Amino acid sequence: MTELPEFHELTLPNGFSYKQPTGLFINNKFVPSIKKETIDTIDPSNGEKICSVYAASEEDVDVAVKAAKDAFKTTWRHTSGSDRGRLLVKLSELCERDTDKLAAIEAIDSGKPFEQNAKGDIGELYNVLRYYGGWADKVHGQTIPVDDNKLAYTVHEPYGVCGQIIPWNYPLCMLSWKIGPALAAGNTIVLKSAEQTPLSALYLCNLVVEAGFPAGVVNIISGLGPVAGSALSTHPLVSKIAFTGSTAVGQIIQKAASSNMKAVTLETGGKSPLVIFEDANLEQAVKWAAFGIFFNSGQVCTSNSRVLIQEPIYMKFIEKLKECIDSDYKQGLPFGDDTVMVGPQVSKQQQDRILKYIEIGKKEGAKVFTGGYKVTDDEVLAKGYFVKPTIFYDVTPEMTIFKEEIFGPVVSCIPFKTEEEAIELANDTLYGLAAALFSKDITRAHKVARELEAGMVWINSSNDSDFRVPFGGVKMSGIGRELGEYGLTNYTQTKAYHVNLGLKL
Amino acid sequence: MGLPLSTKITLPNGIVYDQPTGLFINGEFVPSKSGKVFEVIDPSTEEKITDVYEGFAEDVDIAVDVAEHVFKKTNWATQDPAVRGKLLSKLADLIERDLEILASIESVDNGKAIVLARGDIGLVANYIRSCAGWADKVFGKVVESGDSHFSYSRREPLGVCGQIIPWNFPLLMWSWKIGPALATGNTCVMKTAESTPLSALYACKLLNEAGFPPGVLNIINGFGPTAGSAIATHPKIKKIAFTGSTNTGRIIMKAAADSNLKKVTLELGGKSPNIVFADADIEQAVANISLGIFYNSGEVCCAGSRVYVQDSVYDKVLAEFAKDAAKVKVGNPFDEEVFQGAQTSQMQVDKILSYVKVGKEEGARLICGGERLGTKGYFIKPTIFADVKENMRIVREEIFGPVVTITKFSSINDLIEMANNSEYGLAAGIHTTDINKAIDVSNRISSGTVWINTYNDFHPMVPFGGYNQSGIGREMGAEALDNYTQTKAVRIKLTRKDA
Repeated sequence: MTELPEFHELTLPNGFSYKQPTGLFINNKFVPSIKKETIDTIDPSNGEKICSVYAASEEDVDVAVKAAKDAFKTTWRHTSGSDRGRLLVKLSELCERDTDKLAAIEAIDSGKPFEQNAKGDIGELYNVLRYYGGWADKVHGQTIPVDDNKLAYTVHEPYGVCGQIIPWNYPLCMLSWKIGPALAAGNTIVLKSAEQTPLSALYLCNLVVEAGFPAGVVNIISGLGPVAGSALSTHPLVSKIAFTGSTAVGQIIQKAASSNMKAVTLETGGKSPLVIFEDANLEQAVKWAAFGIFFNSGQVCTSNSRVLIQEPIYMKFIEKLKECIDSDYKQGLPFGDDTVMVGPQVSKQQQDRILKYIEIGKKEGAKVFTGGYKVTDDEVLAKGYFVKPTIFYDVTPEMTIFKEEIFGPVVSCIPFKTEEEAIELANDTLYGLAAALFSKDITRAHKVARELEAGMVWINSSNDSDFRVPFGGVKMSGIGRELGEYGLTNYTQTKAYHVNLGLKL
Repeated sequence: MGLPLSTKITLPNGIVYDQPTGLFINGEFVPSKSGKVFEVIDPSTEEKITDVYEGFAEDVDIAVDVAEHVFKKTNWATQDPAVRGKLLSKLADLIERDLEILASIESVDNGKAIVLARGDIGLVANYIRSCAGWADKVFGKVVESGDSHFSYSRREPLGVCGQIIPWNFPLLMWSWKIGPALATGNTCVMKTAESTPLSALYACKLLNEAGFPPGVLNIINGFGPTAGSAIATHPKIKKIAFTGSTNTGRIIMKAAADSNLKKVTLELGGKSPNIVFADADIEQAVANISLGIFYNSGEVCCAGSRVYVQDSVYDKVLAEFAKDAAKVKVGNPFDEEVFQGAQTSQMQVDKILSYVKVGKEEGARLICGGERLGTKGYFIKPTIFADVKENMRIVREEIFGPVVTITKFSSINDLIEMANNSEYGLAAGIHTTDINKAIDVSNRISSGTVWINTYNDFHPMVPFGGYNQSGIGREMGAEALDNYTQTKAVRIKLTRKDA
């Protein structure tokens, strides 16, 4: 129980000073949590506390949900698609204006390198908002010819209040993937940020007000998953819940949603394979593979954490991958020099988890080609949650590191002989988020792509998403698709109207 | 020394601005090759506003070469389409910023009331903004055709599109054309109407300010038989979109066929029925039939120029309608109280008055109007003809002015027959409180748009276009994108050597 100021005056390592809101953003205002509970957020590059923010309890979630419901009924429901679109485009423009500010907050809170990572995220943020702004007036239903006695048509209606729970690996990107389509489709939202990374979302709330969104349409709360997240997923006035995070929590949310049959979309874990055939452009395969596991410190749901390499080029690939790490994946402080690519992991908890997997990998007999330890040699980096980019090889399907999501800069390399073996190894997982393959042969590429059990397949690239293209997993990687037009359909429900033009009983 | 490429104009409301006078080619305002100019008249005073350069076939050739170069040799069509969307979004913002200037230009050039002109410019900004959102959402399909192939379609832009727009809604028509064309990656060569060239030229300054690459839109001021014909027959233009009279539409379609079979969409004339049933809200219905014909001085392709009223309420409606018509304030477009401004030109005035003469000769009863207002300015009083017969010329032919005929009907079947007895089919209005009747009648009317308990009521996402000789194709809505894309089907055979 603490009393916090409405804003903290923060100065970031690059000199940027700003007022960090601390409250829960409800009805276009920042308010303290009812019980004055708070959470601390830590700078993962040095383990130091940045500041505290108010954390929502079940009661606060109730207030936020009721505000969202009220706004939906009285205002937002009657706001035309064109007007909703304009607000989203305006918000997009404000985010673009404040790129550097948002990127700096993102960098300090999540550990993302400011220049090579956070700034790109802000580009995604405002592009996704603008994209969905363009959809808002284009949510069409159908008229369906039946017979002379009936006018039949459908309307794609919003759900009402949508609960959204986002993770810490791409705080603002994940926020845009959630609020963009939800608002475009006419819903109001209560979004819970990740407890590790609450700051940038709260700052963005200033822009929500500046853009002119009516009060109660966008509500953003900081809080703990088991408290605020749980409250959102069980709240009877929330008609739909969207969650991105671990598979285990996704399962909890799916069960919780059954309380009032709220619609559920989940984007959960992955252990995505990258298959490299011997006819691949090896240099490019190496570069994309590195990007796909070391970018964002491996904290990516679609990271290609299992690389399957055809035998003739197996060791050559692994050697080149290490060279690529050494030359292109400089590890350092988020506000370090412009070339830093790999920051710290987001928290001590994550760092410990990754190190534990590394130990298990070694114990189970996987070979380490490079890395495999916490960064301690550098005095500065030792204070943060840094893990050295790690290559395991000769990994086999029974090993834990083959099966379980590590969510760090740790890749497992596996050799294969034939195409059939590659497909079998690739699909040997409970997950099915993404897959990638490298081959110059157009026929092989398309045929193998068809066989891979994944929601997304990259041919001759990896982790090469575009917000216009649907994103999501099969099997235990999730339910539903985000992004593109598909993302919009997650936020509408179909209502059919039958107008009787003369059928009498 | 030729005409300067920019002239300072002081508008009747005191706004002073720089009006470009050249042709707009490759992002620059340029003189026509011949140096010829033509006059632009203020229809409310009959006085010259300015001269502008007049373009001919040789100027069209230059513009087409520029547009083709941009389409084929730059990344305009092939880049991330979101770039085009962002440019259109910026253009919409600038149009909104300069709303009062553009509305004033529109009023002085076209003669329409400033209160209506402001509405037009608002619609322009909204439509362009809506098109901006489409740019990266033009999907093809993937077709499940078995294991042997990967089959998909793409929707690709056409190339250089020729566009010819009318004078009744100059900038609105400009936006209906360039919005979808540019969003989908085409480049354009457009001829504005000779009566109303000014607002489009000003808007092209905003195109530059928004950051559009030069040459994506080119504007030729000029006349139909010269510049218009050059566009319709040009071998490098892949598509022509025309809004104007049905007769000219016919000529354009022939020219397209004779030249290179360029794709054609046409938005032409109308003689739209506006129907009042006995169970209508009479007050609302009268307001809508009045709006339906006197809005924009009746110079509207979808004007409700044939009113049909059910017999039991005919006398009441006619009396109320006449009262309403008398209240319509006609006069100086820049007077904020004025609803109906001037007709656009002397030619239009002559045409309208000759139809009034015809109507009288045919035996129709003149209820009100039927003559000019004042001696200066192309003003015509709101005119109602009653006791008309279906075969009268004033009932069959498009007058394009504030002149309406009103007819009695009893049964729905008779009404439908009369309403559909037309070579046109652009719009229709139905006023009734009975939902089933409304839908039944709307199902049976041959019109591209049916308005129920409203009229002239547009929305950027709702398609607009005609049945029969009112046109080919639809503008606005998702349908507009079909006008500016063509489908390419790709089939990749996935054979295995070892199979």
